[in-house]
Amino acid sequence: MQVQLFSTCLIDTFFPETGEATVKLLSRFGVNVVYPRGQTCCGKPADSGGYTRESRKAAEHFISVFEATDGPIIIPSGSCASMVKNHYPGLFRDDDRMRLKAEAIAGRVYELTQFLVHVLRVHEVGLKGKGRLTYHPSCQLTRELGVREEPLQLLHSLKGAEVIPLPNADRCCGFGGIFSAKLPEVAACMADEKVDNILQTGADTVTGCDHGCLMNIAAAAKRRGSPFQVKHIASVLAEAIP
Amino acid sequence: MSASNKAIRFRENAARAVGDRALRAALSNAAGVFTVKREEAFQSTPLEEWRELASQTRLEVLDDLGAYVDRFSENASKAGARIHRAKDSAEARTIIGGILKERGIQKVVKSKSMISEEVNLNADLLRDGIKVVETDLGEYIIQIAGEHPSHIIVPAIHKDRRQVGRLFAQKLGCEYTENPAALTRIAKKVLRQEFLSAEAGISGANFAVADTGSIVIFTNEGNGRMCTSLPPLHIALTSIEKIVPSLADLPTFIRLLPRSATGQVITSYMSLITGTRKLGEATGASELHIVLLDNGRSEIARGEYREMLKCIRCGACLNACPVYRNVGGHAYDSTYPGPMGIVLTVLFEGMDRGHPLLDATTLCGACADVCPVKVPLPGLLRRLREERVVQGATPKTEQVAMAGFALLAASPKLFRMAQAAVSALWPIARKMATGRGVDYFPVPAKKTLSRRLS
Repeated sequence: MQVQLFSTCLIDTFFPETGEATVKLLSRFGVNVVYPRGQTCCGKPADSGGYTRESRKAAEHFISVFEATDGPIIIPSGSCASMVKNHYPGLFRDDDRMRLKAEAIAGRVYELTQFLVHVLRVHEVGLKGKGRLTYHPSCQLTRELGVREEPLQLLHSLKGAEVIPLPNADRCCGFGGIFSAKLPEVAACMADEKVDNILQTGADTVTGCDHGCLMNIAAAAKRRGSPFQVKHIASVLAEAIP
Repeated sequence: MSASNKAIRFRENAARAVGDRALRAALSNAAGVFTVKREEAFQSTPLEEWRELASQTRLEVLDDLGAYVDRFSENASKAGARIHRAKDSAEARTIIGGILKERGIQKVVKSKSMISEEVNLNADLLRDGIKVVETDLGEYIIQIAGEHPSHIIVPAIHKDRRQVGRLFAQKLGCEYTENPAALTRIAKKVLRQEFLSAEAGISGANFAVADTGSIVIFTNEGNGRMCTSLPPLHIALTSIEKIVPSLADLPTFIRLLPRSATGQVITSYMSLITGTRKLGEATGASELHIVLLDNGRSEIARGEYREMLKCIRCGACLNACPVYRNVGGHAYDSTYPGPMGIVLTVLFEGMDRGHPLLDATTLCGACADVCPVKVPLPGLLRRLREERVVQGATPKTEQVAMAGFALLAASPKLFRMAQAAVSALWPIARKMATGRGVDYFPVPAKKTLSRRLS
């Protein structure tokens, strides 16, 4: 099977190891990963800020890059995947031609764990893991994409790793894109609560499906000198490949 | 609340609020309790069915709001109530002030009403020399503290019992106690006198029933019933979208509202008031006025934000909102705080004043999860952000940054150049901004993924 990888601008620029882990993971299960060269950003930062004209430009570019390809589009981020899947068609509500294109693209999009569980059935494979993990379910992943159990299924399938439930897991970490830039004081409180909850688990690693949230949690943890590691689920799973 | 059109200073208010330890402790405690109790109250109920039914019923009314208002008015009149329609807050104040002044009334007891906060009724009546006493315990606390409600259901949620103890000692001259039961007894004693000597009662209404002309009031303290039945004159102030078609529609909302609000299966008191006291009836006011406030609602009901009017004011979205839980209601400087409050404030008071509140959300969606009538709050908030941009109400620097972002996102060549620039300039930027939180940011990779994979 061949898939197209949209790595997200955050992974591309700041966390390329997560992108490499995604490729390794998918390749391990016999998937041929193509990385379309022209990709940039999905437009989410502009879109959640209400800058529709600007996010439309990003969306038009995304569509032009990916409509030239075939097969599933894999996105290792719940919020970016939801942007393309749930928000793109609405951006073109007044433009039938573009809306149809956006809907066609949206139909091909999978968030990484969604694809691993529903298409590749990786959770049944039983990779070897280690350590004490806890998992932060990010808001758009769960509430917009409806991906709730998939990441946990994958983590629980890791032989040798312990997955500890995170208290108040469904509470937002306070990232919210421009939110944390506009209301840093409030965002810091929310991130602190998240760190407190993670500390309660005694886990050595917190993982999740969105680098935006993880980056926010990592910053709060670093500020407080908290002892746990923050790692994207793609890296946690890729490390479990022998 | 200020009546001016100046933008609400949410960031400053919020920054102050998060530094207030007592406030945050009181909030997280109360909101936490309500959240847990709400979940328990909905266990093994067909919540999704109820929500869908409630949502449909609300939409049915909004689709034909004018006709429902007419039907309610006609039936309430038949039952003996006088109906007054107020197109805005000023009209509502004039109507109520007029009724009271005409009869030379000096003293009024009030049961909790957020609409009276929306129209800023108390200040106006006090100016006219009419004594107004709030009789809901929480409302009474904030009234003697000279504050406004910080939560639509739990108005004094921001105060802990020690603060209430000190307030009572100072204002009522009683001995300091922080025992909630003792504090309640003190308030009860004072309020009993007020109930017995009041010449009129003012209430809100949780619902208004079109088919029967009845108004429905939920309370936990019995104060609503006393306000509406002890004094000879009862004025009910409510807004037009509170109407439900018939009594048969009520059970859905009776199931949903208390469970969503406080986690109660039902409130302690539910009053269904149809017209004035009839011959042979033991209780009830002999004169009933119902003031129906519009304040922009008819127009909102016809527009793209109409679903906001499905709201039944349960406050569940406040308790669920991670921003509200950290800053409390006063930071919003508006009648209605929290997610529903942001939307209503912008719609009622305008973008100029309300736009900073649009920052007060991560669009996490926790509000929509708990809304009993399925108001699509994140969608409405996002749509209002779009409107804010269209109206040019965002900072110029942000507009420029977003225009730049669009250029980069649409051009891989520029995007790669920007990535290289970020990576190259990072050490310098880091040095310049050190100590301002930048140390905790991730460092741009020396080699981006796109370069590694090509």
